Amino acid sequence: MSKKPAPAAESASRTLGLPKETLLAWYDDMLLVRRFEEKAAQLYGMGRIGGFCHLYNGQEAISTGACAVLTPDDYIITAYRDHGLAISRGVDPKACMAELLGKYTGTTKGKGGSMHFFDREKNFLGGHAIVGSHVPIGAGVGFAIKYKGQQNVILVFMGDGATNIGAFFEALGLAQLWKLPVVFIIENNRYSMGTSVTRSSPVEDLYKKALAFDMRWDVVDGMNVLEVYQKVKQAADIAKKDYLPSLLEIRTYRYRGHSMSDPIHGHYRTKEEVEEQKRSDPITLFASILQEEGLADESYFESVEKRVKKVVEDCVTFADQSPEPPLEELWKDVYLP
Amino acid sequence: MHVVSFREALNQAMDEEMARDERVLLMGEEVAQYNGAYKVSQGLFAKWGPRRIIDTPIAEEGFAGIGIGAAMAGLRPIVEFMTWNFSLVAYDQIANHAAKMLSMSGGHFSVPMVFRGPGGAARNLGATHSQALESIYAHIPGLKVVMPSNPYDGKGLLKSAIRDDNPIVFIESEMMYGDKGEIPEGEYTVPIGVGNVIQEGADVTIVSWSKVLQRFTIPAVQQLKEEGISVELIDPRTIKPMDRDLIVNSVRKTNRLVVVEEGWPFAGVGAQIAFEVQHRAFDDLDAPIARVTQEDVPLPYASNLERASLPSVDKIVKAVHSVLYRG
Repeated sequence: MSKKPAPAAESASRTLGLPKETLLAWYDDMLLVRRFEEKAAQLYGMGRIGGFCHLYNGQEAISTGACAVLTPDDYIITAYRDHGLAISRGVDPKACMAELLGKYTGTTKGKGGSMHFFDREKNFLGGHAIVGSHVPIGAGVGFAIKYKGQQNVILVFMGDGATNIGAFFEALGLAQLWKLPVVFIIENNRYSMGTSVTRSSPVEDLYKKALAFDMRWDVVDGMNVLEVYQKVKQAADIAKKDYLPSLLEIRTYRYRGHSMSDPIHGHYRTKEEVEEQKRSDPITLFASILQEEGLADESYFESVEKRVKKVVEDCVTFADQSPEPPLEELWKDVYLP
Repeated sequence: MHVVSFREALNQAMDEEMARDERVLLMGEEVAQYNGAYKVSQGLFAKWGPRRIIDTPIAEEGFAGIGIGAAMAGLRPIVEFMTWNFSLVAYDQIANHAAKMLSMSGGHFSVPMVFRGPGGAARNLGATHSQALESIYAHIPGLKVVMPSNPYDGKGLLKSAIRDDNPIVFIESEMMYGDKGEIPEGEYTVPIGVGNVIQEGADVTIVSWSKVLQRFTIPAVQQLKEEGISVELIDPRTIKPMDRDLIVNSVRKTNRLVVVEEGWPFAGVGAQIAFEVQHRAFDDLDAPIARVTQEDVPLPYASNLERASLPSVDKIVKAVHSVLYRG
């Protein structure tokens, strides 16, 4: 490099030239997801949340960075680890908490539970619990976007484990064959339940699975919200403009067990590994960037902490005070008239 | 009225609904350039082009899922399976996703689409290509299962299925595609969930549908007539929702019931009909309900074994005799 850019320009490029209020809103969002999940873990431990409950702790940069790319008319679909993506997409966290508690005011009136959040208004298409099955469905939304001639995209999220199932490969093949506006996003947190990527996939670099289909791909540092935003945006722009899919492998780490009923560490990973990973925490990393760029200081972070705490408390109060679904609801939504 | 084949009737239904609604499209293996493995989509590609008549690779789970996603995002896809046998690799999509989406999403997302294609045995196709699978679809809440037995019902029901806001399993038969029948010139539909009394009778009720109705039950009814036995013959046309009142009321009149179906006996559709009738018309029954089904084995290739396994005129006549305590 012949000439060093001026410091101001360097700062702007480090934060992608995004306005301060956008960046601060991202920080708020990441912290909200983290604190929401911590509260969910607590309520699960108290026996107040039933069934399976898969938490997002450690992966917040992905939901925040990716959802920031979307317009209201774009779509999003994911697997069962769906709380973070729903909240970042703008689904009311009160409704999310009420859903976890099986209340009528929940995202699906208490019918879906933790693994099945939905919101038509936010184009949030679930919340799906058969691994990989929702990937072709996501491609189908891309099909509809193109059929209608819209300039939109769907982000299809999945875990690393989903990249071993047939539905994933069929969806990638069809999306590339038909040039669908889809961004397939692997949230590679390195373990499908208790099986590491090395033990489940013949290729550890999961993005390489795009090569069989001649599909555009990228690898993303999932601990850096700015990089997530930038690379998802590139892929989404191409999808919208050229009707071309991409496969992104976003490398991340989950702090909790696979679900709340699974151990955080044990046979499949060590406590030391988890602690080591937490040292590159996405929220801490983003806070230090904001601080270094002079966009936020300790007092700001403290104020966000207070604000988010209140939001989560309000979620619990709302959920607590909400009624259970009425029994006649059992027979509703099975068929449309 | 004019005479058309079953495949022409289905073709007209799709063509008319595509003209009526821009959101309707057809996808499946060989449906476009090849004009359909059984020519049900003959001419549709030439008329509607590649945007709406879409050839898929052999990826049933993938394109079934694409249909579901497209339906969630506002389209009304028709997904053709070359045969329903191949739907089993897409069963997860149909049973776990199409069927459950409306309920699981608390009413946020519906899946208005039709899965269609031929089902049941043809001839010498062996165990994996000969299955009557209506019971495994009818078992799943959220799906409707439609099985027309003639061109008139085929066209009218397929039009209703395409307009329906729920996911529909529409099972045809490759053996029936050449069957001829009268249909009106103009627009008509047949409602889903409404059965048809093909023939009124006094001595025994037979419930039967799809191909076995045409190939075995109707000839058996003719033979029984020659013996002086008056059969009330009911074609439910829709397996789910079943027109239960029609069947129960008929048995209240005839006091005897035989159910004839191509599927296997265990947990088959006939078992459900038998339950319904004994539950609601127990005191009206003069004999235990009889069933004619395929034998409880994978269907063999050899013609004699295949015939021995499937329902037949003889088996139906014997079953009717049994409920009449004859022979």
